[in-house]
Amino acid sequence: MNQLTISGSPHVHGDLSVKKIMYSVIIALLPALLVAVYYFGWYALRLTIVAVLACMLTEWLIQKYLIKGPLTINDGSAALTGLLLAFNVPANLPIWMVIVGSVVAIGIAKMSFGGLGKNPFNPALVGRVFMLVSFPVAMTTWPKAQPIFEAGFFADAVTGPTPLSLLKESGVGTLAKAGDMQFLDMVLGNRGGAFGEVCAIALLIGAIYLIIKKIIDIWTPLSILLTVFIMTGICYLVDPTQYIAPWYHLVYGGLILGAFFMATDMVTSPMTTAGRIVYGIGIGAITVIIRLWGQYPEGVSFAILIMNAVVPLINKGFKPKRFGV
Amino acid sequence: MNPIKTFPKGGVHPEENKLSSDQPIITFEIPKQVIIPLGQCLGAPAEPIVAKGDKVKVGQLIATAKGFISANVHSSVSGTVNKIDEVMDHTGYRKPAIFIDVEGDEWLEGIDTSDTLVKDITLSRQEIIDRIKQHGIVGLGGATFPTYVKLMIPQDKKAEYVIINAAECEPYLTCDNRLLLEKPMEFLVGVKVIMKAVDAPKGVIGIEVNKIEVAKKLDEIIKSDKYFEGIEVQPLKTKYPQGGEKQIIKSITGREVPSGKLPIETGCVVVNVASTFAIYEAVQKNKPLVYRVVTVTGKSVKKPSNFLVRIGTPANMLIEAAGGLPEDTANLINGGPMMGKSVSVTTFPTIKGTSGILMLNEKDAQPRQVSNCIRCGKCVQACPMGLEPYLLNRLARQNNFEETEKHNIMDCIECGSCEFTCPANIPLADYIRYGKNKTGQLIRSRNQK
Repeated sequence: MNQLTISGSPHVHGDLSVKKIMYSVIIALLPALLVAVYYFGWYALRLTIVAVLACMLTEWLIQKYLIKGPLTINDGSAALTGLLLAFNVPANLPIWMVIVGSVVAIGIAKMSFGGLGKNPFNPALVGRVFMLVSFPVAMTTWPKAQPIFEAGFFADAVTGPTPLSLLKESGVGTLAKAGDMQFLDMVLGNRGGAFGEVCAIALLIGAIYLIIKKIIDIWTPLSILLTVFIMTGICYLVDPTQYIAPWYHLVYGGLILGAFFMATDMVTSPMTTAGRIVYGIGIGAITVIIRLWGQYPEGVSFAILIMNAVVPLINKGFKPKRFGV
Repeated sequence: MNPIKTFPKGGVHPEENKLSSDQPIITFEIPKQVIIPLGQCLGAPAEPIVAKGDKVKVGQLIATAKGFISANVHSSVSGTVNKIDEVMDHTGYRKPAIFIDVEGDEWLEGIDTSDTLVKDITLSRQEIIDRIKQHGIVGLGGATFPTYVKLMIPQDKKAEYVIINAAECEPYLTCDNRLLLEKPMEFLVGVKVIMKAVDAPKGVIGIEVNKIEVAKKLDEIIKSDKYFEGIEVQPLKTKYPQGGEKQIIKSITGREVPSGKLPIETGCVVVNVASTFAIYEAVQKNKPLVYRVVTVTGKSVKKPSNFLVRIGTPANMLIEAAGGLPEDTANLINGGPMMGKSVSVTTFPTIKGTSGILMLNEKDAQPRQVSNCIRCGKCVQACPMGLEPYLLNRLARQNNFEETEKHNIMDCIECGSCEFTCPANIPLADYIRYGKNKTGQLIRSRNQK
C-alpha cells in the first residue's frame, strides 16, 4: 500500500534551485577564467583555486565548529564567492593575501550575518576592499597580459599599469598616445588589470547565458552601463581634453564584471525591477564619481558596496505594482 | 479569431502534462453505493431533508441550502437512503454525508434526460437564476462558489461581459477541454443562457492556446450560426494562473478588479466551462447537478481518462478504472497540482468541485530541501497580484498580522506561483495561507467591535 503524503498546494515545483543558480553563475564565469589563464598563465589559475578552496574551507569550519549547524558547503555559494574574489585581484598577488581575503569574505562578510541569504554586503567585494586597504601595493601592482603561447604557462609576471591607473596618473593625453591601449585589446582582455575583469567578450558570453536561463535579469547591469555611459559622455562632450570617451569607460576597468556578476548578486540587490534600475543608476553614478574625481582609479567595488547598504531602503520604497489598485 | 492576449504581471509556466487530452469522455458506471457529502460548496453545508430508509430518485432534492452562500444537494442515483453518517472527504476531515444504496436508474419526473439540443431560452432572467439556485449549481472549476449568487447583479451595477473561463491553466486537467470538444452546442447555449440571466451583451470564451483546436472549433460554430451572435472566442497565452478570475478578466478586458471588490465592479461575470454546461442542463433540460466530468490522471497512471461521474462515486473506483493506483504514487490530489488538495485516503467521494483526481509520482511530489531565502525576488516577479511573498512569509511566521494586513495579504489568490518558482523551496504558500487565515480573523473581530 502506498504511503500518501499530505501537503499544501502547490504540489509541483519549478526546477530552479539555489544550487542550480550558484553553479550556473560559476559556469558563466568559466570563459573569463579561460581567457585569464591565457593572458596570465599559472598565476591566475593558482589564485583562483586557492581562493575557491579557502572560501569553502572557511565556511565549512565555521558551520562545523562555531554554528554547529547543517553543512551547506555543496550549495556552490562559497565556491562562487571564492571565484569572484580571485577575479578581482592582480594575478601576481601573493597567495597568502588571497587567503586572508577569503577568510574575511566568508568569515566576516557572510557567516557572521548568518550565512547564505543574510549578508547585507557582497562578500567577495568586502574581501576585495579589505585586501585593497590592507595590501595597497600588492593589490595595485598589475601584471601585464602576456599570452601563454608567447611567454609560457609559468612565465614570471611583468608589471605595468592598468588603463584606468594610467589615466589617473598621467591624464588623457598619455592614454591617447599609448598605442597598446586600443579599444579592441580592451574588449579581448589584452590589458593589465584584475585577471577576471579584463576580457569583456568572455564576460558578456557568460552574462548572456545567465540572462537566457533567466538567472539574472538585464535591468541592473543595463542601468549601470547606461548611467556610466551617459555621465562620462556628458563629461567628454564638455571637455574632451580632460575626460576620455564614454565607450572606454565601459571596458577599461571592472565595470562589466561588476555590473553583470557582482551587482546582480541576488542576496544583496533589490527585489523589484524598478528597485533594480534605481540600484543600477546609483552604482553607475558612484562609479563615475570615484573614477573621475576620486583618489582611486577604479570605483566599481566601492559603488556596489555603497549601494548594497541602500538596498533595504530601495526595497521599502520600490514595491511591486499591486493588482487592482 | 482575436490575437492572443494575456495578463501582464507575474505568473509561471509549469509543465503542462495534459496526458488525457485525447481521451474521450466515458460515462462511468453507476456504483452500488454513493456517498454524497452535505458540504460541497464554499459556504455553509446543506441540511438533509431525507432520512434513513427513504426512497429517492435521480435528481431529487435531498439536502437544502442553508443561508445565502450555500447550495442545494440532489441525489445522483435512485435507490434507498442507507444512512446519514460521517465520511472522510477530500479535505481530510470527517464530514456528514448521505449514503444511498443504488437501485436501478430512475430519474425524477420532469427532467429531460434526452440528448436533444434545446436552443430556445423560454425562462425569464429571474426564472433562470432561480432554476440555477434550485438545481444546486456551484463553480465547478474547484472553488465551488454558489453560481446563482454570482449571477445576481446588484441594482447599481451592469454586466457587460460574460467571461467563460476555459483557460484550464492547471496542469494535467483536461475535463473542460473534453467537454468543449464533445458538447460544444450545449455549452454555447449555456453561454447564451448566462448572458440572458445577467443581461450582458457580450460573451467571451477565454481559452489558453495550448487548446487551440477547440478554440477554432467553437469559433467556427459561432460564426456559422446567427443564434450565437455576441459570443466570441479569445485565445490566451498558456501561463498559470490564466484561469484565475481576476487574471482572466484582466487578460480579456484589460480591467482590474479593485482590491477587496467583486468582479462585477469591472462589468464582468466569470463562469467556468463545466458550470456553463451544468447551467445549460439545469435551465434547458431541468436537470439538477448530479454528475460532472472528472479527469483521472498522473504520469504513471496506466490509462489517464476523462469520466462522466455521478456525484458521490468513491474516488477509488475511478482510480481502478484508470488502471489502479500506481506503485510510485506519493501524492493523491483532488483537483490539479497547483491548487488541488492532497488527500490521505483513496475512498473519498467525488464532489461537485472534483475536477480531477491526480496521482503524482514520487519524483514530482518529493519534498525538496529548504534553504535560506536568497532574496532573489523571483516570488515577487511571479506573484500575479503584485505582492511580496517573501515578506508575507516572514511576517506570517512572526505572527505579525497587523503587518501582513498592511502588506495586503488579503489580496493573495493562493495560486502558489511564488512557491512554485522559489529556488530555496520555501513553503511560501503554506505560510501565506496561514497568515491570510489569521489576518482575516483579525479583520473580522475588529469589524465586530
